[in-house]
Amino acid sequence: MTSPSNIAAGCAAPDQSAPIPASVDLHRETVLTGIVSNAEGEPVGGAYVRLLDSSGEFTAEVVSSPEGVFRFFAAPGSWTLRALSRSGNGEAVVDATVGLNEVGLTVNPA
Amino acid sequence: MSRDTALVSTDWAEQNLDTPGLVFVEVDEDTTAYDGGHIPGAIKLDWKKDLQDPVRRDFVNQEQFAALLSERGISNDDTVILYGGNNNWFAAYAYWYFKLYGHEQVKLIDGGRKKWELDARPYTKDIPVREKTSYVAKAPDLSIRAFRDEVVAAIGVKNLVDVRSPDEFAGRLLAPAHLPQEQSQRGGHIPTAISVPWSKAANEDGTFKSDDELAKIYGEAGLDGSKDTIAYCRIGERSSHTWFVLRELLGQENVKNYDGSWTEYGSLIGVPIALGDEPGKA
Repeated sequence: MTSPSNIAAGCAAPDQSAPIPASVDLHRETVLTGIVSNAEGEPVGGAYVRLLDSSGEFTAEVVSSPEGVFRFFAAPGSWTLRALSRSGNGEAVVDATVGLNEVGLTVNPA
Repeated sequence: MSRDTALVSTDWAEQNLDTPGLVFVEVDEDTTAYDGGHIPGAIKLDWKKDLQDPVRRDFVNQEQFAALLSERGISNDDTVILYGGNNNWFAAYAYWYFKLYGHEQVKLIDGGRKKWELDARPYTKDIPVREKTSYVAKAPDLSIRAFRDEVVAAIGVKNLVDVRSPDEFAGRLLAPAHLPQEQSQRGGHIPTAISVPWSKAANEDGTFKSDDELAKIYGEAGLDGSKDTIAYCRIGERSSHTWFVLRELLGQENVKNYDGSWTEYGSLIGVPIALGDEPGKA
């Protein structure tokens, strides 16, 4: 990739298992992160995790890493996280503040 | 165009994996998903490495597109079946390229990789071998591509559809919420643009909503059917998704995708920008 990443970077989700890039300032960014797990507490990789705003409107979506990890860069406020997977779906509500917000997300068969 | 000609279901796709004359193509920005498992028989296109010019800020030109498809073994007679992650954003972007360079038969798998996954359909890691072809790309059809001057001239005149999230539209976020927010450009939207996030057009599983639902969504948002339309987002792939909905599913004429989108517009000197949740004045 030869073009400057701050201009031509795409909109696809970055690697969810990678460490938070050093350029991310946790004094300014509101990061929502956590692990998708099933009823047995095992991590669920390949789940589609959707970030919905306080009105329930879709904001972003990522695929959980093989370890079940997901991450969003949002803003302070109330957010809903919703996971869809082969093992079922699940939801969690979080009141996020600036910095790192850790959220657990459990999926159960319908 | 219509749903019948532009879209296939995951079910149809699985039943037609071995049908001659079809080429399944996964398109993504991050192709590690393909490498970890893909629809049997599918080849991959990398949105960055394959579809963008490596030097200039632009996508591949006519010659580069022809060379790419020749090298990947796609011929002009093939029916290309596209799918990908991110709710088909990059597959829709590639669909738009195929149309721009005059490919006759191209379709999108409804729901893309997500629907395939949630349906628990099979993957393979086998990479298909396709013989090289001599693909001929047509001159770009600029009736579906908008450039910046045209976008500025469209303020208050044409339908401008901003398909980013409401927070990006208002200027509260500069990028989708799964990306870091540091960006060089200003926040906000093009004055008079209506906000219809791309996601309004999709169900939770990534499939498109019904034609009736889609017509209602854009109608209620204020899209004027008698005017030409330009869709934009941040880098042009989410707006390809909406371009696909308006032109290929709903059959509207004169719909363009502004692929420069906000990363270009928000960096221009002197152009008007509106902040907040309302379209704003021309």
